[in-house]
Amino acid sequence: MVNWSAEEKQLITSIWGKVSVEECGAEALARLLIVYPWTQRFFDNFGNLSSPTAIVGNPKVRAHGKKVLTSFGEAIKNLDNLKGTYSKLSELHCDRLHVDPENFRLLGDILVIVLAAHFGKDFSPACQATWQKLVGVVAHALAHKYH
Amino acid sequence: MLTSEDKKLIQAVWEKVSGCQEDVGAETLSRMFATYPQTKTYFPHFDLHQGSDQIRGHGKKVVSALGTAAKSLDNLSQALSELSNLHAYNLRVDPVNFKLLAQCFQVVLAVHLGKDYTPEMHAAVDKFMSAVAAVLAEKYR
Repeated sequence: MVNWSAEEKQLITSIWGKVSVEECGAEALARLLIVYPWTQRFFDNFGNLSSPTAIVGNPKVRAHGKKVLTSFGEAIKNLDNLKGTYSKLSELHCDRLHVDPENFRLLGDILVIVLAAHFGKDFSPACQATWQKLVGVVAHALAHKYH
Repeated sequence: MLTSEDKKLIQAVWEKVSGCQEDVGAETLSRMFATYPQTKTYFPHFDLHQGSDQIRGHGKKVVSALGTAAKSLDNLSQALSELSNLHAYNLRVDPVNFKLLAQCFQVVLAVHLGKDYTPEMHAAVDKFMSAVAAVLAEKYR
C-alpha cells in the first residue's frame, strides 16, 4: 500500500484539476514515440509515424494519448487502491500487448516533463517529487500482473 | 547517435538558457534532491536546503560542464576526459544517478522554455544526456 500525505494528495489534485487530458495525453504519447522511437513498434496500425510532425499530428496518436491519460485519471481517483484499479490493464499489457514495463517508466517521466512545460514555475520541486512518485507507482501497478 | 540536426537543437537549447545557467543548475540539483532523496548520499558535506550557496555553486559547475560538452559534441570523450576520471576513480557515482539528474534537467528546461521545449528538442537533449552519461561511466571498469 502506498502512503500519500495530505500535501501530496493536494499537489496531485490541484495539478490534475487544470490538466487538459486530451492535450497532455496526446503530447505525452507523441513525445514517447519521438524520443524513444522503438516504442513505435507497439503502434504498427497507427498509420504515419514517419517524422515528429507526422506523429504530433496523427489523429490515432492523439486519441490513444487521451485514452491513456484518462486511465491515469482513474488512478488519481483511487490512490489507495492502484493495484486493484490497474489489475485488468496490467493483464492486458502483459498477456496481449507484450509491453515491457520499462516503457511505463519512460512514459511516466515524459508525462512529468509535459506537465512541467505546461505549468512552468507552478510545477515546483515538491510538485515534481509528488508526480514522479505517482507515475512510479502507476508503472508499478501496471507491471504487477506480469508473469 | 547525435545527428547534425540534434547538434543544432542542443546548441539552440543552450543559447536559450545562456542567461540563467546558474539558476538552471541550482534548480536541477534541488529537484533531484527533492525527487530522488537517495542522491543526497553523495553530498554529506553540503547544506542541502533549497537555494544554499553550495547547491548554487555546484549547480553552476554541473551546467558549465554540460555546456562544455554541448560545444564539443564531435568529441565528447576527450572533452569530458577529466570528469570521466573523476567520476570513475574518486566519486564513483552509480551511473543510475545520471538518468535521475538528466530527468530533472529536462524538467527544468521544460519549466523555463514551456511551449518552446519542442518534442524534437526533448529528444535531442535526451540523447545528449545519455551520451554524456556514457562518457562519464566509460572508465568505471
